[in-house]
Formats: sequence, structure tokens, C-alpha cells
Amino acid sequence: MIFHSLGKYILLLKAVFRRPEKWNIYRREIFKEMDSIGVGSLGIIAIISVFLGAVTTVQTAFQLVSDLIPKSVIGSIVRDSSILELSPTISAIVLAGKVGSSVASQIGTMRVTEQIDALEIMGINSPGYLILPKIIGAVTTIPLLVIISIGLSIAGGYLAGTASGATTSQDFITGLTTDFIPFTFTVSMVKAVIFAFIITSVSAYQGFYTDGGALEVGQSSTRAVVISCIMILFADYVIAQLLL
Amino acid sequence: MIKIHDINKTFGENHVLKGISAEFRDGVCNLIIGGSGSGKTTLLKCMVGLHEPEIGSVVYDGRDFTRMKFEERIDIRKEIGMLFQGSALFDSMTVEENIMFPLNMFTEQHRKEKLERVNFCLERVNLEGKNKLLPAELSGGMKKRVGIARSIAMNPKYLFVDEPNSGLDPKTSIVIDELIQEITEEYNTTTIVVTHDMNSVMGIGENIIFLHQGEKWWEGSNKEIAHTDNKELNDFVFASKFMAAAKIKL
Repeated sequence: MIFHSLGKYILLLKAVFRRPEKWNIYRREIFKEMDSIGVGSLGIIAIISVFLGAVTTVQTAFQLVSDLIPKSVIGSIVRDSSILELSPTISAIVLAGKVGSSVASQIGTMRVTEQIDALEIMGINSPGYLILPKIIGAVTTIPLLVIISIGLSIAGGYLAGTASGATTSQDFITGLTTDFIPFTFTVSMVKAVIFAFIITSVSAYQGFYTDGGALEVGQSSTRAVVISCIMILFADYVIAQLLL
Repeated sequence: MIKIHDINKTFGENHVLKGISAEFRDGVCNLIIGGSGSGKTTLLKCMVGLHEPEIGSVVYDGRDFTRMKFEERIDIRKEIGMLFQGSALFDSMTVEENIMFPLNMFTEQHRKEKLERVNFCLERVNLEGKNKLLPAELSGGMKKRVGIARSIAMNPKYLFVDEPNSGLDPKTSIVIDELIQEITEEYNTTTIVVTHDMNSVMGIGENIIFLHQGEKWWEGSNKEIAHTDNKELNDFVFASKFMAAAKIKL
């Protein structure tokens, strides 16, 4: 069963990357998707990022019971946690819920209302027209969202740390600027691109092969979120193992 | 002309189409009729390539569609227009964008020319000025008419229509039937209509194929259908008291 699904997924991707009928129409769709996925998710990503940074600061401060460890460590931990894990992975999981369910239900609804059949009849490569712009839109905007998320997470950590007295502004900034390894940022971007691909392609696959009616569209949407989340966490582990 | 030969289609254990062969003529409404589950829509989908038959061929004016690859089929698909049962309008697009969509995809016309074509198609289905409405703002009958307008936007040689009257009141059904017949005669299209609406059968059925349990059971015209002694066909066509009474008069 799993190999059958994997085979179908690979064949779908093969159709997705077939040469587009008309590039200017695809380009318009790509910009639409960039707006929908990128700009449309900015609010939720901003909110969760600020709180992720704040919580990391407060909990790190709580665990620093020894006077031998300088308070500046909090800044370093918030920075590295945000860059390596919190911003790419938690953002991706939130986006799997927001973007993934939307992609699956949108394509699933098109399937059950014969809109995809209508595209096929016209001679349009429906996987390419429907899915490729979503993948490109996500792969280009989600890394940008992750960069914004990193910045806001660190800012949230700074605000929470200084406001609660867990650390001073000076200590936090010292920690933030000490022993920074630029490669962690590269790892974060690799994660963002791969997670973006997983969210859109897995969700599109679930939507594209929806069979039935409104109930099945809902089920596809749920399955898209669940499978995307599992795949994101699996890919997170593989990337960490390979790159760090 | 479209010729189908020995079409067989199965879904798992279910043998839905059993060796169906037929010819669909140009410039007339060819009807495929039959009860629910008889295989009408499956046959239509096999003909347009939405389903692949296991055995058999579909030949469009000498071109064997079933043997072609995806890319090779595009030329024939550009000549096909199809009205779906639920209209299948793209719900994120306005009426104008729906009709313009195939023109955008497959022609190099300027926007002005495309708009002229859209307005012509809308006028043809009596929906002038409805360009900016979304499908959600249209009634069932209007959706069908927009579906027809979209399907004729590219001047199709072959027009496929799946249950054009489902969910419509009798008066609107007649309007849709007449529109299909007018377009067929006007553009000399090979029109294939899947229906189980008896008004359509009697009104526009110049060439009718009756399917029963996945097999072609009868073939003829609407003039012949009233005088056939085929039991299954009679049971299907004259199932209602109204039609049975009409048969006596015929």
C-alpha cells in the first residue's frame, strides 16, 4: 500500500514538472501563490515566532540555576534554537496546518466538482497547472518567512528576557553575538526549502487523488496535515543527521 | 465523425463496459441513454480520455485517440468541448475568465480579440453582460449556459455533454436542449449527449444508443424509439405513466 502511494506520488511529481503550456500564465499563478502562501501566512508566523522566542528565553533562564554559567548563554541558546529548530520546524508545522489543508481542500474540491476533469479535457496538464505554482510559491516564500521568524523569535526572546529580568539587554546581546556559526543559517534554509516542498507536494497529492464528495475532501485535508507533519519531522531528523 | 470499437472498461471486479462499438455522426445530436449504472458516463469519459479503456479504440476522424500519448492527444483535445454534469466552472474565476481560460492557454490572440470571443459566446447562450459574475452568483441553468459558452469558446469539432438537464426545471431543460441542438447544427459539431431525460431523447435524439448493463442494447432515432419492441428499452423509456400515456398517442 505504501509503495503504491509512493509510486503515485512520484508519477504525480513527474507530471507536475512537465513543460508548462504557457509560461506567462504559470508566472501569474506563481505570484498569486506567493502572495497567498507568503503574505497570507505572515501574521500567524509573526505571532508564533515572538512567543517561541519569549518562551525559550524564560525556560532557559529557569533552568540556569548555576552561577557558573553566564546569563549571556540565554542569548546564544535563543539564537541557535530559533535558527536551527524553532523557526524552520515549528513554522513548517504551523504552515502544514494552514497552507497544507488549504491546498488539499482546494485541489480536492476541484477534483470532486470535475474542475480538474475540465482542465484535462482542454488539454491542460492539470498537475502542472495546479501544483507547480504552489510548489514554487512555497519554496520561494517559506524560507523568507523562516528568516522573518528567526528575527522575530530572537526579538521576542530579548523582550521577554529583559522585561522579566531573566537577563539584561547587554548579556542577551553578548550571547547573541558570541560564537555564531553561519552554517546553522544554511541548515535552516535547507530545512525551510525541503519543508516547503513537503507541505505543498504532499497536500496537493492528497487533494489531487480525492475521490467522493465533501466528506472525502475534509478527510483529504486532514490526512494532508497529518502526513505533512510526520514527513516534516522525519526530514528534520534526516537533515540534522546529515548536515550537523 | 467519432468511431468507437469494442470498448471494454472494468473497475476492479466490476465490468462496466462490455465491448461497445458505435459511430457518432457530424452535425447531429448523438444521445447515449440508459439507466443509472448502465455505463453512460463511463463510456463518455473513455471517449474523452478521462478513463482509459482496457480494450478497444476511440477514433476521431481517422485519428486513433486511445493509442496516443498525453502530448499527442493535446491537438485533439483542443478540438473537444465538454459540458459537465455539474458545469465544472472554475469557482475562483469570473464568468469572463472561465470562458477566456482556454483562449489564454492555447491562443496568441490579443485581449481585445479574446474579449470579443467571450462576449460572442455569452451572447450565444443568452447571458450578455454577465461577464463579471462569479459561478457562486449564478443559478443552475445559468451555470450550464456558461459551461456551454466555455465549451464552444475554441470552436470545437466535438462537443460532449454529460447530463445537461440534471437539477434543472423542465423549462430550463428545454432551453439547454435547444441550445445544444442549435450549436450542433450551426457549427456542424459531432455532439454526444449522455442523458436519461426523456424530453431530451424525444426532442433532440437524432441518433440514440441505449446502454443496458454495460452493453449496447439498441440503436436508432427518436422517431424509432416509440415503436421498438425491445423490452429493456421500453421499460426504461416508458417507465413513467406520463410517457406510457404518450406512447399510446404515438
